[in-house]
Amino acid sequence: MATDIRIDYYPTHEQDGIKFRRGHVLPFGATMVPNGVNFSIYSSEAIDCTLVLFERGEDAPYAEIRFPEEFRTGNVYSMIVFDLDYERLEYGYRMDGPFNPEQGSRFDKNIILSDPYAKAIGGRDTWLATPNWDNVYPYRSRLVFEDFDWENDHPLETPIEDLVIYEMHVRGFTQHPSSEVKNPGTFAAIKSKIAYLKELGVNCVELMPIYEFDEWENSKENPVTGGLIVNFWGYSTVNFFSPKAGYAATGKFGMQVDELKTLIKELHKNGIEVMLDVVFNHTAEGDHRGHTISFRGIDNKTYYMLTPEGYYFNFSGTGNTLNCNNPVVRNMVLDCLRYWASDYHIDGFRFDLAAILGRDQNGAPLSNPPLLESLAHDPILAKCKLVAEAWDAGGLYQVGSFPAYGRWAEWNGKYRDSIRKFLKGDEGLIHEIGQCIQGWPDLYQYRGPTASINFISCHDGFTLYDIFAYNEKHNDANGENNNDGGNDNHSWNCGVEGETDDEFINQLRHKQIKNALSILMVSQGVPMILSGDEAGVTKYGNNNTYCHDNELNWMDWSLLEKNSDIYYFTQRILRFRRGHPVLRSKTHLQHRDYVGSGYPDISFHGTQAWQPDFAASSRCLAFMLDGAHAKSGTITDDSIYVAMNAHWDALYYELPSLPNGQRWHLAVNTDMPSGEDIYDIGKEPLLEDQVRFLVGGRSTVILVGK
Amino acid sequence: MKVTLTDQEEITVVEVTGDIDSKTAPEFERNAKLATDRNDKIAIDLTAVEFMSSAGLRVLLMVYRNIKSQNGKVILVGVSEDIQDVMSTTGFINFFKIVGTVAEAVVILKQD
Repeated sequence: MATDIRIDYYPTHEQDGIKFRRGHVLPFGATMVPNGVNFSIYSSEAIDCTLVLFERGEDAPYAEIRFPEEFRTGNVYSMIVFDLDYERLEYGYRMDGPFNPEQGSRFDKNIILSDPYAKAIGGRDTWLATPNWDNVYPYRSRLVFEDFDWENDHPLETPIEDLVIYEMHVRGFTQHPSSEVKNPGTFAAIKSKIAYLKELGVNCVELMPIYEFDEWENSKENPVTGGLIVNFWGYSTVNFFSPKAGYAATGKFGMQVDELKTLIKELHKNGIEVMLDVVFNHTAEGDHRGHTISFRGIDNKTYYMLTPEGYYFNFSGTGNTLNCNNPVVRNMVLDCLRYWASDYHIDGFRFDLAAILGRDQNGAPLSNPPLLESLAHDPILAKCKLVAEAWDAGGLYQVGSFPAYGRWAEWNGKYRDSIRKFLKGDEGLIHEIGQCIQGWPDLYQYRGPTASINFISCHDGFTLYDIFAYNEKHNDANGENNNDGGNDNHSWNCGVEGETDDEFINQLRHKQIKNALSILMVSQGVPMILSGDEAGVTKYGNNNTYCHDNELNWMDWSLLEKNSDIYYFTQRILRFRRGHPVLRSKTHLQHRDYVGSGYPDISFHGTQAWQPDFAASSRCLAFMLDGAHAKSGTITDDSIYVAMNAHWDALYYELPSLPNGQRWHLAVNTDMPSGEDIYDIGKEPLLEDQVRFLVGGRSTVILVGK
Repeated sequence: MKVTLTDQEEITVVEVTGDIDSKTAPEFERNAKLATDRNDKIAIDLTAVEFMSSAGLRVLLMVYRNIKSQNGKVILVGVSEDIQDVMSTTGFINFFKIVGTVAEAVVILKQD
């Protein structure tokens, strides 16, 4: 049957020359259909809804079509409009209804509202291009072509224990002139750096928020530097389904969707997964003083958690809290993630302040949060990685207790803090370090080591270099009198605060970076590094650079040369992890021999073999992984011995003996100068002394037994 | 925008003059369809095209998919540097061979 004989391909109504008919209630959003576009939007309280149509970029709409009453089904308004120009169209809605904030309703039919389900947003097409501040409709919903030719691409489904995650800001990665790329700061520029990522050895990039946000939000002149304070990081969503146009070289042509999909396709071709940092805890509309962009004017009570007085709960620390366990909002989040997983081939999601997703509509933590359960059991998301930042700004801290349903992993903040404290020389950490290197079985007893996303630095807080260059935060440039940003950095400046010419101190800092990377890469669980740490980037002690579109956030690629020893070491230690499956167990290690090798899968040691010192005063721990137990004994690897010495003095570590015929070889000694600090797999020199090893002060040694 | 179709033996040359955007893409598409109905070896001459929008690029990809399903071949001619940049950034370029002149395209298409 020819498709064009369906009667609903033809209009029934006409107004001002525009033809339309009753639409389909699902899917929500604007969907291309034969001859037209199907518009569908939900509001539980609106008494009237009008579709507003613009020619792209024009100040005033060219048409406003009120939904006839018969076009409403339940609380959903739907309409098909014919003969629209898909590329040139911008659309929005006016919603009429009660305005009584104390009861939670904030309708205003004078405001043109963006569609929560829009697939692209116009208005911020080029990063920091000055917008028209008088625009009657600043964030404009647009249509996108959803016919990208993926050929045979498919999400990679790399086992999570084999990932090395690289946390990256799209603009920060290549905006610095030293990146020498054609379209700095864009998706396209990341594509041109894929060879670099491969050479570095990461197999997953985690993109900081790429949902459309407004870099101009809360912008002001910086009182300290005179520059502009902007929303650089983007943790403030304008629309959940739209990629940020200003991150695309082709955003000005409205082709950001194709550009991002092309990047993902190319990354996949090179074995690199793509994880998105998604922000479902709040929106860019702020509190009761904020702008109405979309949700507030469409259905305030549905989309936000409100106090009994009609104000916004602020569990996110940013003014409002998305009401994500309301069934309608829950479905929107689910629709959104399904869309990104299926249409963009996204491999995983990291949920910002995810503890909020487990709160009920009054803000109380739920024991069985329906949203988290839905995501964990969703058929379309079944192979996606789900990672929670398991805390929120309202004081809910769920590291180890986040409702996981056998699916969720977590950013392990305890790992970060323990390793930092250990490396700076704090006492009383040996038990925790033992947990760190095992994927923290005390926290994740039933979930396995892969529940632990291990990291020492991330976008939030000091860079890896700054952890060893600053005792205190230096956030004056943020314009808040150094009051913003965390104070619990657990950092140590190695003797001088900030930059110094002191060779000894600089060497010590580099060594500490190598210690940190070594421990991270030999820990069970899933390692994550922060983009730029491989080059030793600094933010000059600023631990909260969310607002800077400048060198504080732009990776300086020339540092790869200046700190070539760090880059060389990072590459090699990543290879070391990749080359040794014994470091990447899916299940917890058992401290026993279950394959008959004569050695337990993991054993702890101290300066004396087989005698770990867990006393409060100890700063030494060593462990051995038995190669016969690699991947639960299904394959054989070398055995690995790691000696960590956070004491300032060099100490002899007695080595555990190996099975007959095997000998210890040196893979890593961070106490040695570059060139002798790490050896490629297969080129590790044989140790002359097989009985003991002098581990330098504040140093890490890795041996392989083969 | 103007589209001209010229047959050179078993090859059809589609010559476009002017911008290809959402307004003109349907006309381009109609002519491209005529060309693929006639022949499975197509050269699309874009020497006189300064701007091509997303809708235009999609017509090119439709032609490619159509020709490929007939085991034919399509070559683009004289694509401006700006358009090539956009095609590269958005992935469309991976599907096409691009040459400088129609004569070059004809030689290549005849070889197959």
